[in-house]
Amino acid sequence: MSLKEMLPDVLAEFPKMGRADLRDFKKGIDETFRVFTRENGEAIENFFYPLKMFMVWFEKLLLATPWPLMIVVLCLLVWLGARSITMVIMTAVALFLIGYLGMWDDTMRTLALVSVSTFVCIAIGIPVGILMAKSDRTQAVIVPILDIMQTIPAFVYLIPVLMLLGIGKVPGLIAVCIYAIPPVVRLTDLGIRLVDKDVLEAADAFGASPTQKMFKVQLPLALPNLFAGVNQTIMMALAMVVVASLIGAHGLGSQVLKAVNNQYLTLGMMNGLAIVAIAIVFDRVSQKFGKRLQKHSETIHG
Amino acid sequence: MADNGIEVKNLYKIFGPHGDRYIQMVEDGMSKDELNAKHGHVLGLKNINISMPSAKIQVIMGLSGSGKSTMIRHINRLIEPTSGEVIYQGQDICKMSKADLMNFRREKTAMVFQKFALLPHRTVIDNTLFGIEIQGASRGQAEERAKHWLKRVGLEGYETYYPNQLSGGMQQRVGLARALTNDADILMMDEAFSALDPLIRMDMQSILLELQEELHKTIVFITHDLDEALRLGDKIAILRDGEVVQQGTGQEIVLNPADAYISDFVKEVNRGRVIKVDTVMTENSGNTTLRIASGSSLEDAAKRLIDAGETAADVVDASGAPIGGITIKATIDAMVTPATH
Repeated sequence: MSLKEMLPDVLAEFPKMGRADLRDFKKGIDETFRVFTRENGEAIENFFYPLKMFMVWFEKLLLATPWPLMIVVLCLLVWLGARSITMVIMTAVALFLIGYLGMWDDTMRTLALVSVSTFVCIAIGIPVGILMAKSDRTQAVIVPILDIMQTIPAFVYLIPVLMLLGIGKVPGLIAVCIYAIPPVVRLTDLGIRLVDKDVLEAADAFGASPTQKMFKVQLPLALPNLFAGVNQTIMMALAMVVVASLIGAHGLGSQVLKAVNNQYLTLGMMNGLAIVAIAIVFDRVSQKFGKRLQKHSETIHG
Repeated sequence: MADNGIEVKNLYKIFGPHGDRYIQMVEDGMSKDELNAKHGHVLGLKNINISMPSAKIQVIMGLSGSGKSTMIRHINRLIEPTSGEVIYQGQDICKMSKADLMNFRREKTAMVFQKFALLPHRTVIDNTLFGIEIQGASRGQAEERAKHWLKRVGLEGYETYYPNQLSGGMQQRVGLARALTNDADILMMDEAFSALDPLIRMDMQSILLELQEELHKTIVFITHDLDEALRLGDKIAILRDGEVVQQGTGQEIVLNPADAYISDFVKEVNRGRVIKVDTVMTENSGNTTLRIASGSSLEDAAKRLIDAGETAADVVDASGAPIGGITIKATIDAMVTPATH
C-alpha cells in the first residue's frame, strides 16, 4: 500500500477548483478584457497614432534614402560616437555586404524599429529611473514590475497587445519596449544612488535646490551607469525583433521567422548574422561614446 | 561691519528615530553608553553652548567620535538638531523654512570638506564657480571671480584640469577657492587640512591666516590636531563625547587645562609658541634697552633676549610705551613647566 492510499482524500488529492468554476473564471476574465478592448480599442489606437505615424515616417525615410547616402550617414554617426576609424570601416563593410546579399530594405526596417523603440525606452526609462532613485517607496513598487517585464515569456504579453491593437508596427514596438526598457530604468536608478555622498553633501552645503542637484551633480555622475543601461536596452531591443515580427513588425526578424517556418537554413543564417552585425555596431559605438563622456576619470594623479 | 557671530545655545543631537524623547533623560545625566544600550539611540551632542566671535577663527577640537563634525553641520543645518538654537544675526537657523535655509546656505555660508568633495566631472574652474552658479550668477562674472580666487590660492593655470589630475593639496586649494568664491560671511572648514601631508598642511594654514587678515570672515574650523587648533584659533572649544569640556583662547587652555583629559592633550604642545609674554611679565621694567612687543610669543622673546645677550627686556604696547618687563628666567620657566592638573 502506498503512502498516498493511506491518507484521507483531502491530503492525497490537491484540493482543486471545480472544473466548471475554473472554466467560468477564465471565461469571465477573457470576456471582461474583450469588452474592454471593444470599448476602448479605438481610443487606445488613437493614443498610439502619433507614434505609429512617426514610425511609418521614419521607416519610409530610411527606405527612401539612396544606399550610398545612407552608408555615409551611418558611418558619420559611428565616427561621431566612437571616434574610431576601424569602427567606421567595419560598419561600411558590414552595410555593403548586407546590401549586396539583398537584405538592405529589411535591415532599414529593423533599424527603424530598434531606433524608435530605443528612443521610446530612453524617453520613458530615464524619468522613471530618476523617480525611483528619489524615493525608496517608488523603487519598491517599480522593481517587481521590472522583474515581471523581464521574466514573463514574451508570447504572454503579445496576447493582450494583439487583442488591443491588432497586428502592425505599434504592437511590435510595444512588445520590444516592454522587453527592452528594464535595463535603462534599473541602471539610471542605480547610477543616481551610487553618487558619492560627500559630493551630494557639498552640493547641499552650497544651497543647491533638488533640481540643481539632480541636473548638475547626480545625473552627470550617473552617466556611466546610465549609458550601460542604454547599451543593454539597445541589445535587448535587437534581440526582440524576431519575436516582434510574430505580430507584424517587418524587417530582418520576419525573414528569420519565414526561414524557421520553411526550413530555409541560409536565409535564416544570413538575416540572423545581419542582426548580429547591427548589434555589434550599436554596442561598440554606444560603449565608446559612454567612455568618452568620462574623460575626467581617465588621467589620475600619481 | 555687520556682526557675523554665531551663538549656539543648548544644542542637543540624539541620533535615532525618536531622539526627542530622550533629551530629558540625557539632561538628567544618562550617559552615551547607557542611552545606546537601553534605548538604541546615539548621543551626538549634549547641551552645547558656544559663542562664536564675529570675524574671528573659532576652532572646535576633539578626537574622532567627539561630535565635532556633527556640531559644524548644525550651523548650516546639514544635520537637523534634536533641540536647541543656532542664532545668526538674530535668526534661529534651526527654525528656518526650507527656502530660507537654501538662501542662507547660498549667501551666508561656504564650506570646505575633509575629503574635498569636489565634483569629479567638472574642471577646476567649474568646480570653483559651483557655488555662485547655484546662486544664478552669469557665466562671465562667475568665471572672473573664480579665476581671481584660484589665483589667490596659487592655482593659476590649472583652470582646465580635472580634480583627479591634481594632488591632494591642490584639490583642497580648489575646495578653498570654491568656498571663497562664494564670498560668504561664514566659512566652515570640516577637518579641511586633516587629509594633507604635514608640510602641505602648514602651507594651507598659512594661506588661510594670510587670507583671514584681509577677509575677516567668521571661520569655524574643525580639527583633531591641537597644534593646528592653537595655530589658527582665536578661540578654541574642546569637545569630548558630545560635550564641551573647555573653551577659551589657546593660551588659556594651555595654561589652565580644565581636567586631566585636556592636560594630557596639552602636554605635548610647544608652549613657547602659544604663551604670550604678557602672561609672564612683571610690572617691573627690565631696565634694559631691549624692547619686546606685547603679544609676542615666549619663543620669539627668548630668541630676542639671547641674540641681544640680555637677561631682561621691556615689554611695550603698540605705541611703544613700556607696560612691564620679563626676565629670561621667567620666560624659560614658563616654556618648560607644563601645567598639571
